[in-house]
Amino acid sequence: MPEQNKMPVTIIGGYLGSGKTTLVNHLLRNADGKRLAIMVNEFGELPIDADLIEAQDDDIISLSGGCVCCSYGNDLIMAMMDMAKMDPRPDHIVLEASGVALPGAIANSLSLLNDYSLDGIVVLTDVETIRERAGDKYMSDTVLRQLEDADIVLMNKADLVSDNISGDVSSWLAEKSPGAQIIKTERSVVHPTLMLQDFERQPVSGLGMKHHDAGQFNTELVVPDGPVDACQMANDLIENTPGLVRAKGFVKSINGTMQTIQIVGKRAEITPAPEGAEVGVITISVGG
Amino acid sequence: MTTIFSARKIITMNPSNPEATHVAVRDGRILGAGSLQELEGWGQYTLDETFKDKVIMPGLVEGHSHAMEGTLWKYTYVGFFDRMDPHGKVWDGAGDIEAVITRLEEANGKIDDPDAPLPAWSLDPIYFNNERVSREQLDRVSTTRPIGIMHASGHILNVNSKALELAGLLKSGINNPGVPLGKDGLPTGELKGPDVMTPVGIHVGFDRDMLACDEEGLIDFAKLCVRSGVTTATDLAARLPEEAVNMMLEVTARKTFPARIVPLRYHHGVTPDELIKHATSLKKQSTDRLRLGKIKVVVDGSIQGFSARIRWPGYYNGAPNGLWYISPEHLRHIINASLEKDLHIHTHTNGDEATELVLDCMEEGLLKHPSRDHRFTLQHCQLADSAQFRRMAKLGMCINLFANHHFYWGDEHYNLTVGPERAKRMNACATAIESGVPMAIHSDAPITPLGPLFTAWCAINRLTASGRTQGEEEKIDIDEALYAITLGAAYTLKLDGEIGSIESGKRADFAILESDPEDTDPTKLKDIKVWGTVQDGRIFSAADL
Ligand SMILES: [Zn+2]
Repeated sequence: MPEQNKMPVTIIGGYLGSGKTTLVNHLLRNADGKRLAIMVNEFGELPIDADLIEAQDDDIISLSGGCVCCSYGNDLIMAMMDMAKMDPRPDHIVLEASGVALPGAIANSLSLLNDYSLDGIVVLTDVETIRERAGDKYMSDTVLRQLEDADIVLMNKADLVSDNISGDVSSWLAEKSPGAQIIKTERSVVHPTLMLQDFERQPVSGLGMKHHDAGQFNTELVVPDGPVDACQMANDLIENTPGLVRAKGFVKSINGTMQTIQIVGKRAEITPAPEGAEVGVITISVGG
Repeated sequence: MTTIFSARKIITMNPSNPEATHVAVRDGRILGAGSLQELEGWGQYTLDETFKDKVIMPGLVEGHSHAMEGTLWKYTYVGFFDRMDPHGKVWDGAGDIEAVITRLEEANGKIDDPDAPLPAWSLDPIYFNNERVSREQLDRVSTTRPIGIMHASGHILNVNSKALELAGLLKSGINNPGVPLGKDGLPTGELKGPDVMTPVGIHVGFDRDMLACDEEGLIDFAKLCVRSGVTTATDLAARLPEEAVNMMLEVTARKTFPARIVPLRYHHGVTPDELIKHATSLKKQSTDRLRLGKIKVVVDGSIQGFSARIRWPGYYNGAPNGLWYISPEHLRHIINASLEKDLHIHTHTNGDEATELVLDCMEEGLLKHPSRDHRFTLQHCQLADSAQFRRMAKLGMCINLFANHHFYWGDEHYNLTVGPERAKRMNACATAIESGVPMAIHSDAPITPLGPLFTAWCAINRLTASGRTQGEEEKIDIDEALYAITLGAAYTLKLDGEIGSIESGKRADFAILESDPEDTDPTKLKDIKVWGTVQDGRIFSAADL
């Protein structure tokens, strides 16, 4: 299946109580016409806010705006294979991993399913408890492995602690999640643009709006002068764009073919570009 | 209507009446065991001498098996060891890869449809010096038909090129630790771990829910029970949706169904509260032959799959620690709620860290909900050390040790997974008994074959497949082993008041043996022939199944 026809999957990981469910609801509320499919381990005390629900079946909840929420129970891969047959297809899958799951391992498994491409791994942390969790007798290595797997780490409840503490946790996270961009959030509120690669509706330049809850993010269109080495350019963007969260776009490679560059956190992926692609890479960054 | 059975010897497991020659049965229950003269006082009777040359034991109890053992026999058996199918046919073990291929070629020849999948099971390369089965070798059997072989451990699948092609995985550039690549950059056909097995498994004929057992599978499972002397067996992890429960209720109620089945509700895929609710409602649906309402919680993975959670110093070969299959918070919640609502939990732990977590949660839970006789049971619990056994005893927990595992994978544990010292303490039956922890031993069928006499042999001799004795100090004696596969296992299911011994008032469940285990060289215990069973007073001859 050509890369651009694959359904993008964003994996949301993090320990219990880190705000995953709140984030999922926030993304649904701000889906803006995008049809999201939410995969959760189990329907418990419903993971979805009541006003978003239109109907509930055994394993599927229909949500407003053509979105759905499915529980994958004990067999994630089987559920994902079923999801691929869904008609109409969702635009984007948001997979909420269980609190003890390793999101990197889930990403590995998904890479074997031809219908999906990994959009990114977002790991949520609770600023107040993450250090304690990471030292827990039983959960320490699980929590640290989750952080290691992350492309984006959300530092949740950042508003509830002093700047000093928040700064400490932030540098600790930077060490534990070397591949990730770290974003401070309050109550999991973060702009969907940062969470879900939105390729069809690229943010236009000037979208660099101030979003009150999500903090500020900036977008920029980078157009290289001529053919480039796509890998080199991706690495340059990662190293030289302060606060880079995501980037996506097309470049002409040195051998003349068009290539797609996609960056999440500090992970870049280069794939052949779809037909008619125009040169230009949009970067989305925070802070600065 | 009273029947008195005569026997060469009756081993009752009743301490106040250990041996008898006759047992009187009425309405599926035992009036008493003793001499014919002692039993005549119950009034008119028919003397049944079918077993006059046999030895009768209490019906054996398998405290950890899965009914899917019955279902798996639909597929081609390619295991290393001889194994009996539900119809009594003994399949020769496949001694090398060539024998595996030959077995598959025979099966291939029997399928007309060239596209139909060929699923096989119970491969174990550790007995072939770890030589792996390749895609090319399976392609010799067929290039048009998808072929898959499930390993004995259940953690690895080997497939041919066609199967990979159907799953879209016959391509280069795959970067996944569960998918080893050959020199050509393509997958070798070995797929490790459930997430990697699933996308290909469905193409080779392994059903969606491997743990689910259909009607035919349940009946076949019960036949295996009769052949191994088992009258009560657990189906240890099932999701138990309504259709499955209805099917099981209907099938087990049939006059011809020869076993009592104890299915446990698996924790995965539902919230702790839903689990408790489901188990509570299942409990009310229990019948004599289908005992519902117990819960199984899986805490970690397996030691040979390196997914068990083990404590420092970790895996012998340096592999990273395994995986948690439940969070401590959820485990705690399930334990607390079960103690409060008098639900019975069995936990799967393999590694000693997972066991430690369960003990911690129990200690906490019991402070809040003191329960004098909860009998929560640690299943497998293979790596527990003596301090943990002492804690189990204090907390009133039971244990069901995986004695068979020691034989099949003991060498692997010694050399690779946990190293020599800890391999010797695995499945520490003697320590369990000495610590006062009520103990059963199990097969985990279909992981290893159903057969409590073999399981008892494993616990007594502690031999590994290579013939080494591993853990001399943890051997138990014949009496302890026979207790473990009868009353011991019944106790872990809270059924010891009904089954597990031949005693007035209990169910008329017997294992009918051709020779006397108490008068058998303990190294030959596994070779004792089983004639069949009596279950609820009904006679089931293995030869007539
Ligand atoms: Zn099991």
